[in-house]
Amino acid sequence: MSQWLRDVWEGFYTVLVGLQITWRHLFVDKATLHYPEEKWELPPKSRMRLFMKYEDCIGCGQCARACPVQCIYIKADKRAPTAVPIFAANGQGIKLDVTVFDIDMSLCCYCNLCTYPCPTNCIYMTPEYEFATTDLTNQLYRFAKPNAKFITEDPKKKAAAAAAAAAPPATPAAGAPPSAGTPPAPSAPPAPSAPPAPQAPPAPAGGAA
Amino acid sequence: MDLLLSLLPADLPYWAQVGAAGLLMGTVLITFMAVGPIVYVYAETKLAGFFQDRIGPKRVGPHGMLQTVADAVKLLFKEAIFPAGIDKVLFVLAPCLVVLGAYLGFVVVPWGGRAQPADLNVGVFYLAAVGSVSTVGLIMAGWASNNKYSLFGAMRSAAQIVSYEIPAVMILLVIVMMVGSLSLQDMVAAQKGGLPHWFFFRYFPLMPIAFLVFFTAALAECNRAPFDIPEAESELVAGFHTEYSGFFFAMFFMAEYTEMFVLSATASVLFFGGWTTPFPNGLLQTLGPVPLGPFWLLIKALWWIFVMMWLRWTLPRLRVDQLMHVAWKVLLPISLTLVVVIGALLMIPATKAGFVWDRYVGWPLVVALFAYLVLGMVRARAWTKGRLKELAA
Repeated sequence: MSQWLRDVWEGFYTVLVGLQITWRHLFVDKATLHYPEEKWELPPKSRMRLFMKYEDCIGCGQCARACPVQCIYIKADKRAPTAVPIFAANGQGIKLDVTVFDIDMSLCCYCNLCTYPCPTNCIYMTPEYEFATTDLTNQLYRFAKPNAKFITEDPKKKAAAAAAAAAPPATPAAGAPPSAGTPPAPSAPPAPSAPPAPQAPPAPAGGAA
Repeated sequence: MDLLLSLLPADLPYWAQVGAAGLLMGTVLITFMAVGPIVYVYAETKLAGFFQDRIGPKRVGPHGMLQTVADAVKLLFKEAIFPAGIDKVLFVLAPCLVVLGAYLGFVVVPWGGRAQPADLNVGVFYLAAVGSVSTVGLIMAGWASNNKYSLFGAMRSAAQIVSYEIPAVMILLVIVMMVGSLSLQDMVAAQKGGLPHWFFFRYFPLMPIAFLVFFTAALAECNRAPFDIPEAESELVAGFHTEYSGFFFAMFFMAEYTEMFVLSATASVLFFGGWTTPFPNGLLQTLGPVPLGPFWLLIKALWWIFVMMWLRWTLPRLRVDQLMHVAWKVLLPISLTLVVVIGALLMIPATKAGFVWDRYVGWPLVVALFAYLVLGMVRARAWTKGRLKELAA
């Protein structure tokens, strides 16, 4: 009898405990993210859509060779020796005219392997992830621009000259870092389609649970 | 009802008055019965979301209010599939009977002094009887579907409702003994005078127990969680309504939610003063010329519907043997004991109208309960804020 009473009381009491817990959850902030209206701010190095800064590409094709799914197509012709010398942002001379640089994002597996071999850091992944389309051919991104504005002055020499102008009597200009005057590629202002990559940590969208 | 009648010209013949009043009352009630489930389903989905830290329906209409309307429209337009091998007549008849059983209970729900479709002198008995009509419908649905899951569900439902009817009726018996009448209006009249006079607070530790037994049995009778084994989707696909689609399926839902309302209203009438105000001296019983009886009953009934939903999203489903254990080995002994003890107390002149302390426990208890709930709310909000800060840091 006393065992029975204890069991009944325990059943009743545990129901109350459960009710108390669910009552609390009625009022805590909801964990739902209203997706199209609210979005997670992805970290700046998120591996989402690929982007290629055409002006920095030297057409070496190492990214295409690294790609495990062959989603990068590059066509590069030898640049005429009489043409104006052009340079990548890190000072590397561009000896090839890249006529085609296509990335098929419908094939891309987001492994990020293409960005490591790039000698000029011109191919990198952006936090942009909303590029679903109804037409598969829209996933083929063409990065080759016919009228790209290349750097025609060697950035290394320019930086050295600037350093020399800034501090003429001090250290020799040759010791200046090559990219002192120009920012490295990944932190350069990204493509118009890429969203602003915030440096702040992502806000907790719903940590209530 | 009084208000509606006062709108009619006074020199109408009696039959016209009765007919017009019946028509008005019927229109109001049928609208209420038809629209009610839509509101309850919306409340249920929304509350389900809130209890699980989600938001619930949001897209259709403001705050997703039209979601259930859209669902209802969808169900209306959906094809009603008749599988091969079913008993067609029973298959169609079953949801109608279930809905009928649920809606018949509205006949005796008292909304006010005269606002009651029919003040049957066997009111409580009628309620108990009508509550079982839907069981027939459920068994019919299970049998006609020609599907073993449906039949399992129907059999479980029958066993469950038959078992839980007994403690429920025992508790009704307690109330009937205290009132000396079966009419629901007499029960409300016996609890007039505000919250301390409610039957819930009479014989103080005893009647709350009686209410708990009744409420548990009511949950089981309308196949609500944690007693929803007749439609246990993890075991029986969907139980008795596995084969139903379209509007027939919607009818089962309407029946379930209507039955919830009828049982909540019954619980309010039996234990919480029905349509009378909780305040003393008839405060707020009427607001000027407008009788607030329907409002008070609705508030009380909706609170218990909320508690039913709260329980649903709190407790896991019982196993069949646990269900039977609760009915026969816990609720039935308790209710029998209550019948005997309260019957004996009613025989003693000193305790005929309740214990001495009954008048003083009502308000403190209710205030304490709601204060505790508000405290839980405040603490939950504070906890959320702290947690957000913690995450931001």
